[in-house]
Parts: sequence; C-alpha cells; structure tokens
Amino acid sequence: MKLTRDEVLKIAQLARIELKEEEIEKYREQLSDILNYVDKLQEVNTNNANPDVYATNLINSWREDEVGPCPEDSRKIIFENMPAKEGDELKTIGIFKK
Amino acid sequence: MKLNELTIKEAHNGLVEKDMSAAELVKDCITAIKEENHKLNAFITVFEESAMDEAKRVDKKIGRDEEIGQLEGIPLAIKDNMLIQGTRATAGSKILEDYISAYDATVIEKLKKEGVIFLGKTNMDEFAMGSSTESSYFGPTKNPVNHKMIPGGSSGGSAAAVAANMCLGALGSDTGGSIRQPASMCGVVGFKPSYGRVSRYGLMAMASSLDQIGPFAKTVGDAEIIYKAIAGRDIRDSTTMKESLNLDEEIDFKKLRIGLPKEYFTSALDNDIKSLILDKVNLLAGLGAEIKEVSLAHTDYGLAVYYVLMPAEVSSNLARFDGIRYGYSAYRDKDVKAQNLLDVYQKSRAIGFGAEVRRRIMIGAYALSAGYYDAYYKKASAVRAIIRREFDDVFNQVDCLITPTSPSVAWPIGEKVNDPLKMYLGDIYTVTANIAGIPGISVPCGEKDSLPVGLQVLGKQFGENMVLKIAQKLFV
Repeated sequence: MKLTRDEVLKIAQLARIELKEEEIEKYREQLSDILNYVDKLQEVNTNNANPDVYATNLINSWREDEVGPCPEDSRKIIFENMPAKEGDELKTIGIFKK
Repeated sequence: MKLNELTIKEAHNGLVEKDMSAAELVKDCITAIKEENHKLNAFITVFEESAMDEAKRVDKKIGRDEEIGQLEGIPLAIKDNMLIQGTRATAGSKILEDYISAYDATVIEKLKKEGVIFLGKTNMDEFAMGSSTESSYFGPTKNPVNHKMIPGGSSGGSAAAVAANMCLGALGSDTGGSIRQPASMCGVVGFKPSYGRVSRYGLMAMASSLDQIGPFAKTVGDAEIIYKAIAGRDIRDSTTMKESLNLDEEIDFKKLRIGLPKEYFTSALDNDIKSLILDKVNLLAGLGAEIKEVSLAHTDYGLAVYYVLMPAEVSSNLARFDGIRYGYSAYRDKDVKAQNLLDVYQKSRAIGFGAEVRRRIMIGAYALSAGYYDAYYKKASAVRAIIRREFDDVFNQVDCLITPTSPSVAWPIGEKVNDPLKMYLGDIYTVTANIAGIPGISVPCGEKDSLPVGLQVLGKQFGENMVLKIAQKLFV
C-alpha cells in the first residue's frame, strides 16, 4: 500500500503541519514504508486480548482538589515565555474579523 | 587522578574524608567539559557559575563537620527534556530554543534536596525521538569512544557526558530504549526502572504510557544511588506507585533462574555480540544459576506496536506546541507571513519541528484518525496486552532475562538518517520493556571493532532490586 498525495496532505492538515512541495513526495515514501511495516500487526490474532491495558494496575489515583495560587516566580517565567502579550494577557491573531 | 574520573561512591568518600573539596570536584568536571564539549557536543547548556556556587555551599557544610548524604556535592548532568526552574530547557528542538523552565521537575526537586550539583543540560534527539542523537536542532553528539560514531540515543548527550568523565552521573529518559541503548554504545551503565517508579512530572511528555526517567552512571552501584534518590510516589504523577523499593534484599545466585529468550538470540544476531553476552551468562551459571531458554513469541511484533502507540501519543502530546503560548511562533517571526490562526499553527510547527518529529506526529495523526483508529491504535493496544501477558508467563518460569541491548555497536554518523525505518529496527531489543512496563539495565560487556557492546538484564515489574543485583555481579 502506498499513500496518495492527497492522503499525505490530509494527514499534514490533521497534524497542523505545513508541507513544502518537495516534502510531500518524501513523506509519501517514508510514511508509506512505516505504515507498511506496522501492518504486520494485522497477522496477530487479538480476539482474546483486551486493548484497554495500562502500564500499572492502579485503578483510581486521586489527590485533594485544592485551590492554591501559582507561585510568583513560576508566574513570572510563564509570562516571559509568551511569544506576544499585552499587559497580563496573551496576545495572538484574532479569530473573528473586525 | 583527575577528580572527574571518580565514581559517585569514591567522590562521596573523598568529600567525607576531606581528601578533596566539592569545589575541586566540580572544577575538574567543568575543565573536562571545556576541553571536550566542543568536540563531542554532549551539553547544550552548562551551568558553570551556579555549579561552583553550590559546591562552595557544600564545602561550608563539610567544613562545619555536618553529615552529608551520598549525593551531596556530586556533579550530575540532566537530559534537556527535564525542567530546572529558571534555566533553559530545549528538548533539542528549535521550537523551544529560548524556553525557560517555570518550575522544577519532581526528579530535580528530589535531587536538589539531596544536594546534587547540576552541571548542565545534555543534548538529545529532538523531543527524545531518535536512536542516534542526530535529530537534535543543536547538532549531533559524538561518541567519546570514537568521534566518527553516533553515541546512540535519544539520551546520547547524557551517555557521552558520563563516558567522557564530564560528570559523575546523569539523568536520561527512556521511551523505547533511550537510556539503555546509548549506555550500551558509549560503554556506561544505563538503567530504566519500571513504569510508575519515577515521577514524570516536569519531564516533557513524548509517549506518556511508555516514558520513564532513569540514571546513567559509571557503575551499577552509582546507578542505584541515583535511582533511590529519584524514585517514589508523587501526587503530581498519578501513575507513580507506593510499592517499596526493596533494594536491600540479597539475591541467592544458586537459586537464580535466568531466561534467554530465543527470539532475541536468532541467527540474525551478530556472532561476536552473541558470544560476549553468553560469556557473561556462563559466569552466572558458574555461580550456580540455572540457565533456561524461554520464548517470547510476539517479540517480532513489539516494534510494530511501539511504532503505532508511540507516534499516536506523540501526536497528542506535541499538540501543545502551537506557536501561541510559548516556544517559537510564526506570529512573531518577521520573515514569515501568518495570515490567520491556522497559519500560525501550521507554520510554527513546520518551522519549529525537525523532520523526524514531524514524521512521527503525522504517523500518529494518521493512526488516530477517523476510520483508522481500530486498525492501528486499538490493534496495537491489543497486541501490547498479549506481549505483557507473555512477559508475565515468562517471569513465572525465570527470575530475569538476559539479552543484548542493541543488535549492533555504534554506527557512523549520518549512516541511517535518510532511512527512518532502518533506524527504528535497531530498537528491537529495548522497546518491549517499555511496552510491558518492566525494568531494564544495560551494562558494558566487552567490545566489538573497538566499540562497546551492552548486555541487558530485564526483570519483572517492580523487580528493580533483582535487576540491579544481577547487573552488579556482571559488571567488573
């Protein structure tokens, strides 16, 4: 099986990754190779296997739901990491046209 | 002897006996980093000043004749996907080139309490995706044993830093072999505990059901010291367990049953690697251990399970990198025209992520997309259940498994970069431990073509003590 050009573009769109023209063919090859390889899973009989497995047998793992402030030093760094801000607010391109 | 060449135990004794100061110890490590790092590229960031300051604090404490813990004043290196508050954490990616950690990871908090000195952050495959440390935005790390070769990956920077004596030990993360495989290729000890032993809070998530933090060290004893310090239940990671570590329990080698999984020792396995591993197995047989051939019939499917589940989790976890809240943003890049919000997402991710990360996100997006979920993710999860059951059955017959860590020694830089599938096939012996959630350690067991070969010991879930004690016996 080999992915079509349209399928690659669809996957890239789902992944929110813009592809350059020359990348489309390269990814078409590489993604197809990988998908063909993992297709061998279809050989395995999984009728008696439960797909809902977890790495540990923990059932529920709760902690108290306590309201607390964000430490000031963390808060300061979080703001500094923002690509764009206005005062104490994150800034980005608007969703609606003015 | 240079102090950076000491093991953790030796350095601790030296500090307690006042044969040396923590400042001298740190200084020798910093000197080694200055001499070697421009050749090896093991560190992305070095904390020279804060490391020296911390060393002086420890020296004052020793000067006051206060008791110090085993890790107090010990200089360690940290893989760059773990957060140390106020310092840069890049995960080897352009998208986080200038990212500053807002808080400490739990493992860092714990090591700080122990008085560990952080020397810096080590290079890695971008977001821990790779087996060679070549996918780092900051350039490849070189193998200290032979600079033309890869150091393994994804924690290649940590492995190289320990092997080149730039630090006394290091932390790495292991999702499909990323601690054990580079340890094997650089000739050091690398230990992945059971899933649930070490908190993942503050570790950048790659594949959350597989990720686990663990130590690199020069000896098995040192790895155990670091492991003990970072393990334990953490309310900020709901998958961590309360189970006792039981590290003091002795092993009776006369009653030990060792399994050699026949699917790992096929005719495809390199003969030199095979005989190095079997030599060590014979050593344990000489102590009275029983050696048994066992079967893990679905081993061959482990890699396929891994390369579905891992990218699926990757595509979800890396959705947070959207160019809005932190990291590289096309919105702020004057050279890029982002017309609308979708443009910001698509261009930030296209420019911010490297080729391998984009590849895995796309595979994952495909495997999780409508109409394909059952065929890929659900099917792989069911096969995962079968593989786990197989390990459970085998651990009823034997106490541990011994295998090679990797099917080959380190390969030349550049050899596999354009063939991702070929690169993936090298993870065959390591991924199953992550799929089953069991502990595994790689210890050096000889050389082939003057390059290190690693032996892997696998144990049952939460059987870290057994794995460490056996590895200890094999490590000379």
